[in-house]
Amino acid sequence: MTKAKALVITGNGTNCETEAAHACKLGGFDEARIAHIAELLTGEVSLDDYHFLNLTGGFLDGDDLGSAKAQANRLRYAAVEGKEERLVDQITRFIADGKLILGVCNGFQLLVKMGMLPALSGNYLKQTVTLTYNASGRFQDRWCYLKVDPASPSLYTRGIEGGVYLPVRHGEGKFLVDDAKTLEAIEAKHLSCLKYSDKNYAAPTMEFPENPNGSVNAIAGVCDETGRIMGLMPHPEAFVHRTQHPRWTREELPEEGEGLIFFKNAAKYVKENF
Amino acid sequence: MPHRIEITLKDEVRDPRGERIKREIEHFLHLEVAEVRTIDVYTVDAPLSAEELAQVAAGPFSDPVIQNYSIDKPAAAGFDYLVEVGFRPGVTDNVGRTAGEAIGYLLGRPLAAGEGVYTSVQYLITGKLSQADAEKIATGLLCNTLIQRYQILDAATFKAQGGVAPFVPKVQVEAKAEVNTINLEISDEELMRISRDGVLALTLDEMKIIQAHYRDPKVVETRKSLGLGAAPTDVELEALAQTWSEHCKHKIFSADVTYDDGQGNTEKINSLFKSYIQKTTADVRAAQGDKDYCLSVFKDNAGVIKFNDDWSLVFKVETHNSPSALDPYGGALTGIVGVNRDPFGTGKGAKLIFNTDVFCFADPFYEKELPKRLLHPRRIYEGVVEGVEHGGNKSGIPTVNGSLVFDERFAGKPLVFCGTAGLMPATIKGEPSHQKKIIPGDLIVMTGGRIGKDGIHGATFSSEELNENSPVSAVQIGDPITQKRMFDFLIRARDKALYRFITDNGAGGLSSSIGEMSEECGGCQLDLSKAPLKYPGLAPWEILISEAQERMSLAVPPEKIDEFMEMAKRYGVEATVLGTFTDSGIFHMLYGDKTVAYLPLSFMHAGLPPMQIPARWEKPVHEEPKLAPSADYTGDVKALLSSLNICSKESVVRRYDHEVQGGSVVKPFTGVDNDGPSDAAVVRPILDSFEGVVVGHGICPRYSDIDAYDMAANAIDEGLRNYVAVGGSLDLVAGLDNFCWCDPVLSERTPDGPYKMAQLVRANKALYDYCTVFSMPLISGKDSMKNDFYDGTTKISIPPTLLFSVIGKMEDARLAVTMDVKRAGDQVYLLGATANELGASEYLAQKGFVGNNVPKVDAQAALAGYRAYGAALKAGLVASCHDLSDGGLAVAAAESAFAGGFGMELDLAQVPFKGDAAEKSDIALLFSESASRLLVTVRAEKAAEFEKAMAGTPCARIGAVTAEPVLKVKGLSGSVVVNAQNAELKAAWQEPLKDL
Repeated sequence: MTKAKALVITGNGTNCETEAAHACKLGGFDEARIAHIAELLTGEVSLDDYHFLNLTGGFLDGDDLGSAKAQANRLRYAAVEGKEERLVDQITRFIADGKLILGVCNGFQLLVKMGMLPALSGNYLKQTVTLTYNASGRFQDRWCYLKVDPASPSLYTRGIEGGVYLPVRHGEGKFLVDDAKTLEAIEAKHLSCLKYSDKNYAAPTMEFPENPNGSVNAIAGVCDETGRIMGLMPHPEAFVHRTQHPRWTREELPEEGEGLIFFKNAAKYVKENF
Repeated sequence: MPHRIEITLKDEVRDPRGERIKREIEHFLHLEVAEVRTIDVYTVDAPLSAEELAQVAAGPFSDPVIQNYSIDKPAAAGFDYLVEVGFRPGVTDNVGRTAGEAIGYLLGRPLAAGEGVYTSVQYLITGKLSQADAEKIATGLLCNTLIQRYQILDAATFKAQGGVAPFVPKVQVEAKAEVNTINLEISDEELMRISRDGVLALTLDEMKIIQAHYRDPKVVETRKSLGLGAAPTDVELEALAQTWSEHCKHKIFSADVTYDDGQGNTEKINSLFKSYIQKTTADVRAAQGDKDYCLSVFKDNAGVIKFNDDWSLVFKVETHNSPSALDPYGGALTGIVGVNRDPFGTGKGAKLIFNTDVFCFADPFYEKELPKRLLHPRRIYEGVVEGVEHGGNKSGIPTVNGSLVFDERFAGKPLVFCGTAGLMPATIKGEPSHQKKIIPGDLIVMTGGRIGKDGIHGATFSSEELNENSPVSAVQIGDPITQKRMFDFLIRARDKALYRFITDNGAGGLSSSIGEMSEECGGCQLDLSKAPLKYPGLAPWEILISEAQERMSLAVPPEKIDEFMEMAKRYGVEATVLGTFTDSGIFHMLYGDKTVAYLPLSFMHAGLPPMQIPARWEKPVHEEPKLAPSADYTGDVKALLSSLNICSKESVVRRYDHEVQGGSVVKPFTGVDNDGPSDAAVVRPILDSFEGVVVGHGICPRYSDIDAYDMAANAIDEGLRNYVAVGGSLDLVAGLDNFCWCDPVLSERTPDGPYKMAQLVRANKALYDYCTVFSMPLISGKDSMKNDFYDGTTKISIPPTLLFSVIGKMEDARLAVTMDVKRAGDQVYLLGATANELGASEYLAQKGFVGNNVPKVDAQAALAGYRAYGAALKAGLVASCHDLSDGGLAVAAAESAFAGGFGMELDLAQVPFKGDAAEKSDIALLFSESASRLLVTVRAEKAAEFEKAMAGTPCARIGAVTAEPVLKVKGLSGSVVVNAQNAELKAAWQEPLKDL
């Protein structure tokens, strides 16, 4: 069987690489490599050798020009040493090869700002949506209930019943679109796979703090039409064991955290398809 | 010709930043405004073509979904007043730096020297305002004129002059890398003038010691042979001032103290540090014998203890008070990223696993007149909270524990404590990683940021009181991303053993780091002209003592230098070889070929005789209030819950990422609605293990008003009790002391110095007395001794404050206990005895008194209680546990109840009481802050076993958890004296700071 290999990119302000790699291993990946962006730019590490790319949380370049903007610019223009290609070429090839990308928080912001989500009609380099300052104007660390759209093509959310409970930790998580058509297309194609909701996962909500940032249509996560590329503001890698739950000392919880399913689904997909 | 790129939000997009400013204008300045919108301005000082400018504006500088851009054409419209705020020359502009890098990627070449991008923000204000109102908004809210500049334009002027003219805040200095000498053969008054004018903070005695050194014939002869004159160079004088500053040398803690205890006994103490702090650790370690877990204490940037066989735990807490008083945002940001470098620069380097923050402020709603130059407490609050938010969050280090403490006297100087823990492998390539050495011949390497005029005289300035002339240049703004990049590189270089020694560049800059490193091997030779500068024109002495941030100093073996430099380049980190470590005995600075400082290390580091400081204790006597008993204390309980010291700090805490790195076990907030206040934090730093690190702290400055001995005793006990409450082990626990004092040295300006010094002596005595009984070694600490404001007429001194941080381990984090009650029917126990100890309590403060009965800590009894409780916790007998501190039993019970969503019925008659029965009253039982007490709930079926575990300690069942969410307390007379719904108690507790 194929060795399922996950890559977690770090450097320039990425912060969640350790727990993301840990979640990949727990989820069933045979290898979870943390690579510094410098190792990709020098060609020491090549995306081609991996199946699952994790763009995880942090503050790329301090989010100085707006979240993940500077890194989106870097990936677009920076060339890989000794090769006739830019990093962005490796990424589009990775997508074309049918491989998987999960962007969490700052990674989601990066995917969106590079245009890789929602990538309507397969256009992976045109930005149509954004993630910007929370309606409260403040960074928020709090746990949120996320209703899952069972009709979504996302392979990561398969098998989730109702929804998942995960932490958000961001200052720029408000999801906005360039125009009504984009939003319509996202909804029609069920790409908005996760929405902030009440605790029974009954309905999406625009109420603070259940919806911590004021995202349009309460959108917390989106995927592309293939379901292989997904981004979300909440942190699935931050809930892989019950002791990470804010109320684990008072509730009967299974050993495994609800965020692990994202990584299990990814590993399963890789093992079945490569 | 510089270009202005302005980024506006599209019309339909909300502007949360503008909305927040509008709220703050109304809330704090009491001015009505209709709307505030904001524009980001990038002033590009580089020759870009029109096409390149458009590419930059459309690409990295703006977000096409929500923003528009405009190049060299004013975008602002539809406002009454425009305020544009940017940085002053030389102030760190992180966004500008990133913007410059982004242009570099786009052009395929980095910006050239002298080119740059500078950012500013335009606030467009609509409303019926006068020019004076606009001025008030600019200076009272939007702009800190110390580090920022602003301009105000009304709509007509804006139109008339065609927008805001580009302004490039580039540092313009005449290149003058010259060295001056200072003649010290002058009068005493002249010597002091030199010290004062140069912000050297040297005393006359110290100036005279320096004078004597330069008169020494041997010194004169050596200098002659080197072509140096008889007088010291400015580089030498600055290096000495930095090395001997209170901030770096801790002269007060190493002074000879004559302590008069006020009862006719006099004691001579040679160094408080050696006599109490070091001695505590030495005695504890000796008593622990082969169970000693201290690995490196007091000698490095942070303390190191054993975590398990494979990993060691590192911890340090620092303060950054003076800079935070001047520039709250930059000062606090620098505080947190600065303390990060301490564990990182300990041993061979540690991965940073969490931060802790404690802030002491004056009331943010303060309405009285403040002395000029002092910022309003609200601005300090806002700025500090935001600075630490950015510093901690952007560095990817969870902020897991902290406090906000309020007292009016912190208007004189806020206290900003920032702590960071790290984890290092026990060994790297077979060598213990908590140890390091330098071998003569190793190269001096500096990595990270460049050197500028920022932070010059930080070390000496914080060694003086804050006054009207405090230097602007002493303020720095940290840059977490440059530091993060450096750490990402250095931790990998560490694992490859590419360097032998690492330390941080903090206070005192290179002078301090290289000076201290030179002591390791016996000398150094360094060329200041090799140091990378932010802009030209720095004098050699400025390069030496600049506190520009994000720099580490290393000793790299010559055979590893190529690999080290190559790796640095790959990771985008600037690294520069500045010289060589030697065994010459000399701190030898060159500028090019020319010697600019030649100081014997023996003189630098040992040339200073101890200060002589008198201390005289006089027990203060406060009015003892007569409190009339009441039939109902519900109102008092609610008022306490709404006091600033007790109320919920959730609006601040949620702004700090407390979960990054994935190891969070006990979070700052807990309970049924995730909003009950945890006592301490538990973190799993190794994700595939359940071993936990536990961290808590104690702080109670108000008790100093009665006796600093008890203030310290209670802080230590509170720290340990918070730690124990969640499950921290008493077998692997360490303490860390941070003293923040008002100047205790007798002088004209401080006539009450002997009293303040006696307070310091007493706090140190408590430290020894309690930590030895608790078997808690002190592993590191820091003192900040000049926390006063003085402008010639008004003096504000902070209350003497000890922050006592406790760090240790719990073998199995899955046994951790939180403070929220868990289910109806659980039994409620109170551990520890209550006494009539309302002195300096939150309760008396509310009634306008201090009183005299400050809580006394019985160390032996406390320890016995903690041990028994720890065993019960390990046996799984504890459902919830909350520590009793500010506000006493009433507050702890209310918090546990509303956090858990159940009620509580308590009977004060059951509370274990110590002392004269005549002093037993409902007030004392409800509100005394007696130490060493824990409120515990236990499942009914485990009650007997729990009572057995606690046998022999003062512990009593005082009630039960009820299904009805009501707190009901029966008084001594048998009637109900507190009766309130959880919801109203919680509302009272959440209200005060919820909108800040």
